Amino acid sequence: MTGYFVQAFVYLCAAVVMVPLAKRLGLGSVLGYLIAGVIIGPVTGLVGSEAEAIQHFAEFGVVMMLFLVGMELNPKTLWQMRGSLIGLGGLQLLLTCSAIFAIALMFVERWSVALAIGLIFSLSSTAIILQTFNEKGLSKTEGARNAFSVLLFQDIAVIPILSLLPLLALPELQGAGGSVEAAQHSEDLNLVKHLPAWAKATALAASIVAVVAAGYFLSRPLFYYVAKSGLPEVFTTTSLMILVGIAALMSLVGLSPALGAFLAGVVLASSEFRHELKANIEPFKGLLLGLFFITVGAGVDFPVLWQNLGLILACTLGLMALKAILLYLLGWIFGIQSYNRWLFTLSLAQAGEFGFVLLSYSQTHHVLPSDIVQPLSLVVALSMFLTPALFIVYDKVIEPRFQDKKIPEPEDEIGHKSKVIIAGIGRFGQIINRLLLANGISPVVLDHKVSTVSRLRGINIKSYYGDASRPELLTTAGIDDAKVFVVAVDDKVQALAMVKHVKTMHPNVQVLARAFDRSHQYELINAGADVVISETYKSALQLGGEVLKRLNFHAFRVEQIKQNFTRIEKQHFDSLYQSWFNEGDKVGVDEHYRSRFMEIEQILLESMQQDRSDHHHATDRGWTPPPGGFDEDRQS
Amino acid sequence: MADQRILILFAHPSLHRSKVNLRLMQVADTYPGVTVVDLYQQYPTYLIDIEAEQQRLIEHDIIVFMFPLYWYSTPAMLKEWQDLVLEYGFAYGKKGTALHGKLFFCATSAGGTEQAFENDGFAHFTLGQLLQPIEQMANITGMTYLPPFALFGARNAQEQGRLSEHKSQWKALLSGLLQKRINPTEAKQYELLNHYLVARAKEKK
Repeated sequence: MTGYFVQAFVYLCAAVVMVPLAKRLGLGSVLGYLIAGVIIGPVTGLVGSEAEAIQHFAEFGVVMMLFLVGMELNPKTLWQMRGSLIGLGGLQLLLTCSAIFAIALMFVERWSVALAIGLIFSLSSTAIILQTFNEKGLSKTEGARNAFSVLLFQDIAVIPILSLLPLLALPELQGAGGSVEAAQHSEDLNLVKHLPAWAKATALAASIVAVVAAGYFLSRPLFYYVAKSGLPEVFTTTSLMILVGIAALMSLVGLSPALGAFLAGVVLASSEFRHELKANIEPFKGLLLGLFFITVGAGVDFPVLWQNLGLILACTLGLMALKAILLYLLGWIFGIQSYNRWLFTLSLAQAGEFGFVLLSYSQTHHVLPSDIVQPLSLVVALSMFLTPALFIVYDKVIEPRFQDKKIPEPEDEIGHKSKVIIAGIGRFGQIINRLLLANGISPVVLDHKVSTVSRLRGINIKSYYGDASRPELLTTAGIDDAKVFVVAVDDKVQALAMVKHVKTMHPNVQVLARAFDRSHQYELINAGADVVISETYKSALQLGGEVLKRLNFHAFRVEQIKQNFTRIEKQHFDSLYQSWFNEGDKVGVDEHYRSRFMEIEQILLESMQQDRSDHHHATDRGWTPPPGGFDEDRQS
Repeated sequence: MADQRILILFAHPSLHRSKVNLRLMQVADTYPGVTVVDLYQQYPTYLIDIEAEQQRLIEHDIIVFMFPLYWYSTPAMLKEWQDLVLEYGFAYGKKGTALHGKLFFCATSAGGTEQAFENDGFAHFTLGQLLQPIEQMANITGMTYLPPFALFGARNAQEQGRLSEHKSQWKALLSGLLQKRINPTEAKQYELLNHYLVARAKEKK
């Protein structure tokens, strides 16, 4: 036990020290993790061989990441992406793989080895690239979107590659009794190991169908049941259980857990629990991915590296140059413009974490001899190491050069693309939501009452379950690129907390809040809300006006009275706010506020009275006729 | 002589459909010395701030009503604005001299052709005749009334390539007014400010 604590501390400590430092130096968090790994691994020897075991565990972070990626893509978006996904992604994989295959053939005797190397090296690092895009705020650029298509295609392609690799096994490595068929599934636990081919295929198909079907039909009642309990940690547990369950099922039938997680993500993309799920998985993903990068750093085998330094460096640089050239070419063919093409090229020019997975997989399946697996994984690691450097090149060299040619973001004057988040979809939020929807704006709607969310789903109003006072949830709901945040919850304390949080962490987001009463209104303004609307004022005024009409006031006159009333209120709002603000939290000293309030009531009364007795009071201007006979003295 | 300041009171109730006025308004907004007030933007519920509007009038030398013609007159907002802002004792009456000596004109666009706005045309009245209540408003408040600056056949002015000429006339008018190069007495001789500008340009050549 003590050993675990010490080790965990070493890993955490390395990350805590290095990552903020790397970030501050502009290197990005990924490089920070990698360096931390190198320091605690090969440099100081604080961690040893267990790093590899931890790496297998940390690969679960990649599974989680793909789950989250899947959740960003509902089936419709996926379908819209099919062009760049299959065209760009497919061509990238095909061209890179064939080029590497051709070059590798010059150095290795067997074509199967060359092909395996080609397949392994043609993949890029989803983890590094997506993480860096997010950090640098590049995700929305054209270059990043195309890079994402390629990465997604690669992630999907891993599955057929995993099933293809064992067929490339070298007979001499398999030992006496080994046959290709037996080597194909050498995992300890594999339910379909002994089944005939047709049954195996059926099992594979069945498990994919099971994941999709369970996502569609079982997830909702399950989440509903859990959310109703009102225990946030159980919801987290459920999220983890589902992911681990999918990973387990996929592994049992010999499929990639990442694929299963991705599919589950796509299925759950339209679920009302999406944002809450994301908020729950995100921290785990971050932690595990960080751990994964550390283990990559720790796994750098310095003796092997020193012995073959020239060769490995040459391979790495050659590989990256080759990938970059092909990517640039593809970017040109697919019409990606100027700096976006460079971003696309530089971001994808490395080998990825799936490289490690496939390398160790190839080794266990006797596809690659172990003496070349070590240097190859060093090439993968090194190229991952250099990727943050390429992003720095992009930041410092490419982007400034295109600064003046920067394509302006397409303008969106009426705001259809602007993002709005509504917290609370009760009686108040619903009206706002309907108004926006009717005008072509689809806000992201969050509510912490699962019954409300499911009732609204019943009448086709899309909303998500989640506690909007949690910063993580707001992040997954997209507060970072939101324009307006609407606080429509009925809990005074929560509303205030949300306003405070959003105004401090995201000062550029406009916060529009619903106030319960006058003091709540002051509190919200004080917390920085841009617009505060009292939830009762307008409707009460309306009803009051109706009363006047029943007492034979002329309808237009009633309208004017209401306007005057509002105007006088508004005029004195600031002075009331000041006296509320000065008294602050001092209990019992609201005397001044009260006397101020009474004063204003008196002013209100007087001005309304005068108005009625037709002494033209200053507040009642408009349509006032001139005094009788005014034009007589003009003519004289 | 200090430069002139122009106040454009802009009233367009469906700006998202505007083909002419929006562009002219945006052009005007780029001139220092020109204040453009989008009345429908500022008072979406017709709740006009009388005090602020009067203050604005005092601060400018040239007042412009800018609007598309609706039923041969201004959109409702400008009528409402007149009713509320031009108070007795401010704009007229014995002590109502706030607007005295200012220049006033309408910048408008009409769907009908110029021929329609003749006494034997479809509209039976000229634009100048139709805008007489506004002319009288200017007279009573002591302002110098100039003929309207107008674009006829506005719905297809762009397609027929007439918009760019109108726009350069608008620019000439604004800079002429700002630098006091427009002679009110001469301008008054014409049916439209457009005609005056054309004549003035010819003279220069």
